[in-house]
Amino acid sequence: MEKHIYTVTSLTREIKQVLETSFPRLWVEGEISNFKQHSSGHLYFTLKDEGAQIRCAMWRFKAGELLFRLEDGLKVIVEADVQVYERSGNYQLIVQQLQPAGIGDLQLAFEQLKKKLLEEGLFEESHKKPIPLYPERIGVITSPTGAAIRDIISVVSRRFPSVQIILLPVRVQGEGAAGEIARAIRDFNEYGQVDVLIVGRGGGSLEDLWAFNEEEVARAIYTSKLPVISAVGHEVDFSISDFVADRRAPTPSAAAEMVVRDRQELLGVMAYYRERFANSLQQRIDQYREAIKSILRSYAFRRPEDIIFQKMQRLDEISRNTAVAMLHQLEMKNQRISNIRQQLRALSPLEVLRRGYSICYKDGQVVKNVKQLKTLDIVQVKLSKGQFLSQVQMLGESE
Amino acid sequence: MKKGQSFEQAMNRLEEISQSLESGDIPLEESIKLYEEGIKLVEFCQSKLTEAEKKVQKLTRTEEGKFETTPLDEPDTSEAE
Repeated sequence: MEKHIYTVTSLTREIKQVLETSFPRLWVEGEISNFKQHSSGHLYFTLKDEGAQIRCAMWRFKAGELLFRLEDGLKVIVEADVQVYERSGNYQLIVQQLQPAGIGDLQLAFEQLKKKLLEEGLFEESHKKPIPLYPERIGVITSPTGAAIRDIISVVSRRFPSVQIILLPVRVQGEGAAGEIARAIRDFNEYGQVDVLIVGRGGGSLEDLWAFNEEEVARAIYTSKLPVISAVGHEVDFSISDFVADRRAPTPSAAAEMVVRDRQELLGVMAYYRERFANSLQQRIDQYREAIKSILRSYAFRRPEDIIFQKMQRLDEISRNTAVAMLHQLEMKNQRISNIRQQLRALSPLEVLRRGYSICYKDGQVVKNVKQLKTLDIVQVKLSKGQFLSQVQMLGESE
Repeated sequence: MKKGQSFEQAMNRLEEISQSLESGDIPLEESIKLYEEGIKLVEFCQSKLTEAEKKVQKLTRTEEGKFETTPLDEPDTSEAE
């Protein structure tokens, strides 16, 4: 029997045919290693398990559909065709579709973006801007027909209806939604005439909320000069926008409650201030009256007390009035009170003492002449602050 | 929002006034001035609080790239999100 001699090419072609026809499109699970992204956009890697490995290629137009990034160590399931590459005599898998093993691809993409932005510092507390306590104009970025805007309007009109809501309507899901949301954030920053932004939508599936997990939205929130509250979905859903926003609200209604104080509560605060101001002023008047009284009490100076009592009476009149009426009285009497204070100050021995003089008493009498004293007499010396007893050592001449 | 006095500025000033008035180390004349200012601010805030409900506005860009706001029609509640 004559030997059949193949050429390398013909043998390879035959192997290729056998191999490629006996393995129609199939699914393989394995771990990625030696991952490389070529500048052409095609992806190359090896899929391996404990016992074997197989080369894989994923062409650019398929690779572009991946939501997450491939990396060594990632466990994946690929849908692929077996192919023999004749030039190098290798067989490889041409990957049509690739998904993470044991976890959804959106979930993986979420985790990857979260990690990336966290490492870049987009979630830093120090970058977060304070939310204004009493915003008067609120910018809202959401669907014009969704539950979110309805809920926000209802909360605001219940709590503080004179707060202005300005909506920039966007699509919140589907193709292009992330781009619209990011642009709306930039537009509000350019427009400038709002105090705070609420970006969000009502709850939904991970797919529905996906726009809020896209990098474009995260970066627009991060660069916003206006403070941003992210309000996506229901309590339990966290999105990337929640992490990067200045504040996260569990729902759109909660976001509105966060920024808008309750009107009734604030009216109560106003009443409280009115009362507190009036009381403080009343107390101040009382203090001054007390101060005058104590000056009169502490010094037995014989002065035209009459004048002082008259002025005191005026102060009493003023303070007898209610605080609000008092304001009008005080406006007129302000000047007079100030005069009284000046007069009292000039009259007061305290003023004299404060300049460094002291008063010398002997047996309760003010010593005005050295003849009142004998050597070794005990005298009492009163200073601006405090007093002491002193013994006369030597007497000088009287002038 | 930079136009005129804001509610927030007024609230902050009210707290300052309240503290100054209570600290007790300012002259009487000053107390009276602060009292007057405080009452004016309280009235300003009360008027803001009792202003009528504002219609929700919609922000749009005109063809020239400027912004304008127009009243928003009541959101259609029948359509699901």
